[in-house]
Amino acid sequence: MPIKIVVTSLLVDDQEKALRFYRDMLGFELKHDIPMGHHRWLTLTSPGEPEGVELLLEPDEHPAAKPWKSALVADGIPATSFGVEDVHAEHKRLAGLGVAFTQPPVHLGPVTTAVFDDTCGNLIQIAQRH
Amino acid sequence: MDLDRLFRALADPTRRRMLDELAERDGQTLFELHVRLISWHGASLSRQALSKHLQVLEEAGLLRTEWRWRSKHHFLERSPLRQMWDVWMRPLAEPAEKEKVDADQDRRDEPAGR
Repeated sequence: MPIKIVVTSLLVDDQEKALRFYRDMLGFELKHDIPMGHHRWLTLTSPGEPEGVELLLEPDEHPAAKPWKSALVADGIPATSFGVEDVHAEHKRLAGLGVAFTQPPVHLGPVTTAVFDDTCGNLIQIAQRH
Repeated sequence: MDLDRLFRALADPTRRRMLDELAERDGQTLFELHVRLISWHGASLSRQALSKHLQVLEEAGLLRTEWRWRSKHHFLERSPLRQMWDVWMRPLAEPAEKEKVDADQDRRDEPAGR
């Protein structure tokens, strides 16, 4: 059996805040919430795909994590990218919920993308393929 | 206004394209400008190189930066372009009406039959 992508992670400054953002604002579904010392093994999946790839919301405690994240945010570089069917509709919905965008929907060749702040120290891109 | 510095900044085609992209949508981050340049123009350009180009344009006064929350956004500054036009290009491209009148007067004042 080939190697599969099972978990991918994002470094967040506060797991509880991140859960609220990624579950309640973006609409991902909680998969695992396992206590691990001071932190949690906290993963979510895409809505309606409980067996799909899990997004791990991992604490950004390593001393190099914050400077790295800040440098990416300063230049507007997203930590990762999620797929959507309609970037314009998602932009409108999320902006309506108070999410701050560093880039509104822009059509760039084969994709339309937008970039927003996840409130946990990352920028996230959403992309729609044409 | 440093005319030499402005012309040097504008002498590079990538930098002129960056200004075109900002005219298309003002207030871009380095990331957006970079994606635009490589996806629309097929330019092979590193983010580091783009960063240097941005610095040259900013030092020439052709763009300004503004921090919004924790991201840096770049805005086109049009006034140096207008000044270049007013101070050096327009007088050359479109001689003022007064100068034309003076030139005509000079010709009339010339002694006849010289």
